[in-house]
Amino acid sequence: MSILSVNKLTKSFGGLMAVSNVSMEINKGELVGLIGPNGAGKTTVFNLLTGIYEPSSGTITLDPNGVNRDIQGLKPHTICKIGLARTFQNIRLFKDLSVIDNVRIAMHKNVKYGLVSSFFHLPSYSKEEALLTKKSIELLKILKLDHKKDELAKNLPYGEQRHLEIARALATNPTLLLLDEPAAGMNPAETSQLTELIGWIRKEFDLTILLIEHDMSLVMKICERIYVLDYGMVIAEGTPEEIKNNKRVIEAYLGEDMNNAGD
Amino acid sequence: MKKLVRSNLAIKLVSLILTFAIIQLLIYFDIINDYLQATLATICINIILAVSLNLITGFTGQFSLGHAGFMSIGAYACALITLRIPTIPGFILGVFAGAVAAALIGGLVGLPTLRLRGDYLAIATLGMSEIIRIVFLNLDNITNGAAGLQDIPQFANWKWLFIYTAGTVLIISNYIRSSHGRACISIREDEIAAEAMGINSTKYKVIAFTIGAFFAGIAGALYATTFNFIDPKIFGFSKSIDVLVIVVLGGLGSISGSIIAAVLLGVVTTYLQSFANIQMILYSVLLIIIMIFRPQGLMGSKEVSLSIFSKLGNSFKSKKGRV
Repeated sequence: MSILSVNKLTKSFGGLMAVSNVSMEINKGELVGLIGPNGAGKTTVFNLLTGIYEPSSGTITLDPNGVNRDIQGLKPHTICKIGLARTFQNIRLFKDLSVIDNVRIAMHKNVKYGLVSSFFHLPSYSKEEALLTKKSIELLKILKLDHKKDELAKNLPYGEQRHLEIARALATNPTLLLLDEPAAGMNPAETSQLTELIGWIRKEFDLTILLIEHDMSLVMKICERIYVLDYGMVIAEGTPEEIKNNKRVIEAYLGEDMNNAGD
Repeated sequence: MKKLVRSNLAIKLVSLILTFAIIQLLIYFDIINDYLQATLATICINIILAVSLNLITGFTGQFSLGHAGFMSIGAYACALITLRIPTIPGFILGVFAGAVAAALIGGLVGLPTLRLRGDYLAIATLGMSEIIRIVFLNLDNITNGAAGLQDIPQFANWKWLFIYTAGTVLIISNYIRSSHGRACISIREDEIAAEAMGINSTKYKVIAFTIGAFFAGIAGALYATTFNFIDPKIFGFSKSIDVLVIVVLGGLGSISGSIIAAVLLGVVTTYLQSFANIQMILYSVLLIIIMIFRPQGLMGSKEVSLSIFSKLGNSFKSKKGRV
């Protein structure tokens, strides 16, 4: 059962076709990779899926619980409420807020008390805030950040900032999680830890994951299927084994084989 | 947890009552004479203005230069009502009507303009407050035009001012520490990330703008019923700047900073009046000096924490316990 289907998605910036005719299917529970050389349009695809850009043409259908919804052109916060969350390649935490506040903000869409309650701190405020704090700490425990809950996000070391990005995305209670280069800037030990973590949260939270990554060891190890993007187009799709041996993919990454080019 | 919440509330109440009692005593012994009472009223009104602008600019990160416009709506609405109903209920109704009118205009203006960012928003809000001023200037038969409204009944004495100021500070600081308030702060921190985390940024910007306008309306209403006289000139561009100066001086994103800055500038202005010739020069030099040494404002984005008192209380208790 497909949870996300992208049909002929196109985005042009002026004369530049950043993404052209991309079609993708992601099934429930899958862990899919999106790879490609620098500037291939991977992050643009994420920005289109999450509503930060509006597509020039094409459709995006999200089906988190048996209800199909076309999400192209919707605002990011609406798409988030439908059940799609993301992390950012260039970390975008709320830097001057505490770690726990970063998570609590992502849980805001579930808060039921109204403005009046927030002005006068009525009982519904105290009740829900206590619940919110409890849930946030539980989530931070999972990502081993609970001992730093009162520190400012900007004071965390780099690896923990990446973890906090994941915690914040999980706090929105998504069905589909988009990870944009979660291992960027990590050393091999940290990357292998992250690989385990991604596998674990996927099971624990019953998630479908789409991830962009340059670290091939991570992609080949955990992804079940891979889409390869080059110059804004999907040039290959398949299992890690198939992708490894795909001629067009090798060309895209390493350039054309000189011997063949001479023929 | 519950105990902590209660003790916080108790500390707040005690400090409010103490502040009130001390100033009441100073008035009783005539240390704060009639002249200084006018300063006191200005300080209270400026605190309401600064704290409400801080919600818009300091916490939600939307640069607004239109606060005087909302203030004038509150002032005119309240003045017109109290001139017709010169009783205490009329005064209360007037303040409320002024605040609601300002909030309505704030929300209405906010919906289209808050799509703008940074300096564009500043220019749009500046234009909006000028439009409001020109409208009041030209509605001759209602507002008496440039001559202004005179003999507005003087209801807002020190006690009323204190109640409204304390109420404003409590409500806005409560709001900031709620989930809705955090949603506003997340927009200041990173609007794209906030949207991606499910925060409807337009909605929360408009909410912050509307709440800010509501309290600016209250400040205007109190101004009208304290100083008996209003005309459109009072609510010009320079009034918006005055409020912004207090907010920036106190620290963007610090409510206690706004209060401290409002008190400081109120006192300084009063004492500088003995040097009438060079008053504005001294005032500007003081601002420049503060901005050189504290560019983030007196308080930065920190608050004066009442937990200092509770810590003192705790250490006292534990000492007692050991004995």
